[in-house]
Amino acid sequence: MSKLDAKIPGGPIESKWERHRFDLKLVNPANKRKFTVIVVGTGLAGGSAAASLAELGYNVKAFCFQDTPRRAHSIAAQGGINAAKNYQNDGDSVWRLFYDTVKGGDFRAREANVHRLAELSVNIIDQCVAAGVPFAREYGGLLANRSFGGAQVSRTFYARGQTGQQLLLGCYSAMCRQIGAGKIEMFPRREMLDLVVVDGKARGIVARHLITGEIERHTADAVVLCTGGYGNVFFLSTNAMGCNVTAAWRCYKRGAYFANPCFTQIHPTCIPVHGTYQSKLTLMSESLRNDGRVWVPKNPGDKRRPGEIPESERDYYLERRYPSFGNLVPRDVASRAAKAVCDEGRGVGDTGLAVYLDFADAIARDGRGTIERKYGNLFAMYEKITDEDPYGQPMRIFPAVHYAMGGLWVDYNLMSTIDGLFVLGEANFSDHGANRLGASALMQGLADGYFVIPYTIGGYLAGTSLAPVSAEEAAFTDAAREVSERTQRLLSIQGKRTVGDFHRELGAILWDYCGMSRNNEGLARAKEMIRALRGEYWQNVRVPGRGDDFNQSLERAGRVADFLEFAELLVADALARQESCGGHFNEGYQTAEHEALRDDEHFCHVAAWQYGGEDNEPERHIEPLTFEHVHLTQRSYK
Amino acid sequence: MATIDLTLKVWRQNGPRDKGRFETIAARGISTDMSFLEMLDVVNEQLTLDGREPIAFDHDCREGICGMCGAVINGRPHGPQRGTTLCQLHMRHFAHGDTLAIEPFRARAFKVIRDLVVDRSALDKVMVAGGFISANTGSAPEANGAPIAPATAELAMDAAACIGCGACVAACPNASAMLFVGAKVSHLGLLPQGRPEAARRVLAMVREADRQGFGNCTNVTECEVECPKEISIANIARMNREFLKAAIASGEK
Repeated sequence: MSKLDAKIPGGPIESKWERHRFDLKLVNPANKRKFTVIVVGTGLAGGSAAASLAELGYNVKAFCFQDTPRRAHSIAAQGGINAAKNYQNDGDSVWRLFYDTVKGGDFRAREANVHRLAELSVNIIDQCVAAGVPFAREYGGLLANRSFGGAQVSRTFYARGQTGQQLLLGCYSAMCRQIGAGKIEMFPRREMLDLVVVDGKARGIVARHLITGEIERHTADAVVLCTGGYGNVFFLSTNAMGCNVTAAWRCYKRGAYFANPCFTQIHPTCIPVHGTYQSKLTLMSESLRNDGRVWVPKNPGDKRRPGEIPESERDYYLERRYPSFGNLVPRDVASRAAKAVCDEGRGVGDTGLAVYLDFADAIARDGRGTIERKYGNLFAMYEKITDEDPYGQPMRIFPAVHYAMGGLWVDYNLMSTIDGLFVLGEANFSDHGANRLGASALMQGLADGYFVIPYTIGGYLAGTSLAPVSAEEAAFTDAAREVSERTQRLLSIQGKRTVGDFHRELGAILWDYCGMSRNNEGLARAKEMIRALRGEYWQNVRVPGRGDDFNQSLERAGRVADFLEFAELLVADALARQESCGGHFNEGYQTAEHEALRDDEHFCHVAAWQYGGEDNEPERHIEPLTFEHVHLTQRSYK
Repeated sequence: MATIDLTLKVWRQNGPRDKGRFETIAARGISTDMSFLEMLDVVNEQLTLDGREPIAFDHDCREGICGMCGAVINGRPHGPQRGTTLCQLHMRHFAHGDTLAIEPFRARAFKVIRDLVVDRSALDKVMVAGGFISANTGSAPEANGAPIAPATAELAMDAAACIGCGACVAACPNASAMLFVGAKVSHLGLLPQGRPEAARRVLAMVREADRQGFGNCTNVTECEVECPKEISIANIARMNREFLKAAIASGEK
């Protein structure tokens, strides 16, 4: 085990980023066009990075597995984006956003990164408005805000329930402009299947053309990975079907450390599971908790319809347990509370695995029209899926896997442990600690892409000597050959079970033993079960079709194969972290009131895992975390 | 849980040069709570186990926002329910014993890649021609510097809700993309920050749509009916006004 150096600049926290920007070497404008940067993924992080780097003059090659860069899963973010504008004059500031984020993350994030994020938040809103993002406005024409979980100020900017879509279209249109200008070469329907490292530096990728099946080799001077989170390892999650860990996992196997994989966020307000055929779970934006009240019957087994249960027999358990934050407690707290009432037999609906989110009071107070304007599209989506009218009866909700706080380890420059490999957005681990606050993912993706990478990649390129690289070098041909062999191996098994069948079983193992609450015995068992399932996968999976062709089964088979490896690391990380914090709740470590109990003496650090080879255990390294500005305390939302 | 049996007549085509044909596939025991795509998942699992080729179809978010999915069901893009993408269409809208014809979005500009998967990159090319506001990162003024009347912002948002799925093109007998173009021209042109290059934008986008092989708008209005985001054809009218103004009065070519 070694200690990692995050390269955090010195000086007071308020001026670290400004000083660092001055200290970073610059690439002069004429030289920028001599460098090529690969950006993998075109969500908020990748889209903003690709456009911003191209505007600076770099040659950008951008890759996505979808048919166009406009479809990355950032598009599905509903509720909003935080920024410390303090337009509401309600006491917000860069410092408060910084404080809330560190505390919300249960003291497992890096202070310097989070402060930078809070500083940049205000620039993001300016940039998005300039790009044409139609944020909600007040009658006077100024920008509107709403509040979100984990905060007592209104700092969330939104575009109806489609904030992610509008922000992504902003990035996408900026990319379009650079594609037209010839500065971005766009490679849609490509899946990155390996990272190529030459002389210790990331110099390119191997990608599969998803229409022709051709294995392509692409060279560059740096690689920027913006490939999102790994929530789909749980099979059912709020992620899009294509979200996967493959690109990050291949980088891990090439030497990038993977940090805090056990920090997964279970979002409290999703539409409950209703059948085994179900392919995904749908989120109902956290913003609904502004106006919706969460409750269950006071008595276990009360099967009356919600309208028949009188006020006196309802338990508004979040308001009862957390009077100061009420329904707006952070996500991890709200999710565990929902699980607790369901475990007591007080869950509602056919499965008993749901709680009510009730808008009756809000509709009575503000009128149906107001609620419709704020949440109309969410209510419509709920009705489509459940065939129930949420204006007339409460929604039923239950927690679901939503976001990965863990990801590839990066230093302050967002560079991984491989020189020249940068990791942005959800794919890195950096800013949210053990729990992400609502409306902060969009903020982080855009901060990384618009305002961090344009500076730090320049510092790297200007300060590094890079020999010319060719796609014919051994490192490229070897990586391409390995990718082809793996594809052929998957196709040749011709077993008896489908890829989806394995994926579903893997997800059930993780949800049962490494979901909202975990214990040592279950984790140890899960590890064995995952190994056995992986063994069976490579003996008994059935992948139809060919490799040199459009083959969606094959795409999925590769992703699930990586999930089967990654899941074991996730469980190992959970087992190694003998404390509870944020989204990681080990039943052995809780307060008398069943809140997460951290062990700051032994675990106030980032865990970063190094691949040890095919038959060896990975090695756990740590990056110690120090809290000089936000003092380590037991989080309280009471 | 109610279940239904269906007969699917699915378009199967190996690539752009293959002629293609309908194949009849039985879908049995389909839960009415499933989405249309979940129904296809279940059918594909069975086809795979039977040693047959699963049906290729595009999809990703499955919550009606990414715009990746889409097929023509019994002649209607995204199926019979208004304002609904295929992934949000649930099987409770069909009856036991129904026969469903499932085809790809068809248009000259959309080549079939495989089965229900089509190439919609022509829409990206229209965007590349002018679907943006030129504002380099870092150059933005303070966000509240220019107030925008909420009614204007709302209209812009109505247009910006387009998910770029291409259903409007598939619905139009001319395979016109004018609802798509009109939505983007309106979204950006309604906002004050989008005005400086409004003339240039509309001319470039309309010209590129022509070049990509999309047809002209002849006010059939099928696009508005089938749009899963219910984008109004008022956006096409706005684009036409913008186009005329730009062609006659602006210095843009």
